[in-house]
Amino acid sequence: MSADALTGGFPAPARDSARAFRALLEATARPGTIHTVNGAAPPAPLSVAAGVVLLTLCDTTTPLHLAGAADCAAVRDWVAFHIGAPLVAAESAAFALGRWGDLQPVTRFVVGQADYPDRAATLIVETDGLVNYGPTLTGPGIVTATWLSLPETAAFRANRALYPLGFDTILTCGDRLAGLPRSTRVEAP
Amino acid sequence: MTDQAYNFAYLDEQTKRMIRRALLKALAVPGYQVPFASREMPMPYGWGTGGVQVTAACLTPEDVLKVIDQGADDTTNAVSIRKFFQRTAGVAVTEATGEATIIQTRHRIPEQPLKAGQILVYQVPIPEPLRFLEPRETETRKMHELEEYGLMHVKLYEDIARHGQIATSYAYPVKVEGRYVMDPSPIPKFDNPKLSVNPAIQLFGAGREQRIYALPPFCNVVSLDFDDHPFRATKAAHDCDLCGAKDSYLDEVITDDAGGRMYVCSDTDFCAGRQAAGHAGRLAAGGKA
Repeated sequence: MSADALTGGFPAPARDSARAFRALLEATARPGTIHTVNGAAPPAPLSVAAGVVLLTLCDTTTPLHLAGAADCAAVRDWVAFHIGAPLVAAESAAFALGRWGDLQPVTRFVVGQADYPDRAATLIVETDGLVNYGPTLTGPGIVTATWLSLPETAAFRANRALYPLGFDTILTCGDRLAGLPRSTRVEAP
Repeated sequence: MTDQAYNFAYLDEQTKRMIRRALLKALAVPGYQVPFASREMPMPYGWGTGGVQVTAACLTPEDVLKVIDQGADDTTNAVSIRKFFQRTAGVAVTEATGEATIIQTRHRIPEQPLKAGQILVYQVPIPEPLRFLEPRETETRKMHELEEYGLMHVKLYEDIARHGQIATSYAYPVKVEGRYVMDPSPIPKFDNPKLSVNPAIQLFGAGREQRIYALPPFCNVVSLDFDDHPFRATKAAHDCDLCGAKDSYLDEVITDDAGGRMYVCSDTDFCAGRQAAGHAGRLAAGGKA
């Protein structure tokens, strides 16, 4: 394990994670809104926002799947020291982290059971840009409609068709994040 | 002064992460009750342990907390929960609805409309709306899975058959986003219309029953009814005797043993605000008698 793995956690875990969670709560409750978070300094290629989400939501009880470039020694060491989440295959992950292309096919992720729809995966998707432009979002948490730069629409439409089952998505870019819960309807621009 | 013997907001970080994950899943499936590993809190079940755990998981050091019990800021339950978070989280507290960022409530929604950026946390005794109709958890879970809510309509119909109207006046069942039937906690049905399309985030915590559920902002919430017996939000047919409000939910207070009574706003902040603004009711000090 490299020494870098020991740094980059929250300086004040209780207060930093509380502020980070409020951003996540608002992001999930109001899909399409973009929130800035800080406090984490994860190793490359993880974004600050992805590191914040991991530190805030993941621990030894949440199986984590690292996809693509995120599945490197530096990130694995950092996760082992700060979070302790067991690293697993996509099919048994509660959380998955990676770029959209690396997470494909997203139909691998658990979508919950009809009697326990909460037992579904949360995808943390690293993106190059996060702006309120692109596919149209409607649904709970949105007054009329909003727009968000999604990597694609077909997969999210298929996911919405499974409702109340389906995975939930957190999009990250630098120190910003946005939520896309399964309840949101997505339409191509 | 923060009690340094405790972690920020009392709960340990592992517990907060567990509650936070449940809250996000609850927001993703509005109205669905997410099981969570409710902890023992330093207060008995039935005194808001579910709401306290949800509030603890959401609090940030910058928050301004308001706690109400049946609309009142100054009753035992509200005062003790407010003090609990002052000691363990060091957060600012207020009685003014407009100034609060998190409002923990027992059985009321404030009269003053909520706004974006506010979170309303409900204390829930029995989260399962079907529980008194079907005691088995395995069966009610199956009913939610299959959207089999006929039993609830039978219950409302039996109300009409027996009383000539839907007699359910609190914990009135609602349907969320056309999918899950939800218990809004024992708020009076007068408050039901405020559940729907509310700009604030509404979170529900049931400590003893170990369930969390949520309504995102601008979520469609419909009170169950029949075409020929539509839902009606009812209140006592009086004005507030202290502030004169005609449109607020009222408590009936017995004032003597000869049948004397008065009606006052259950929302103490709303009533005090109106009185400070010069409104006076029938029995207000110095008001028109």
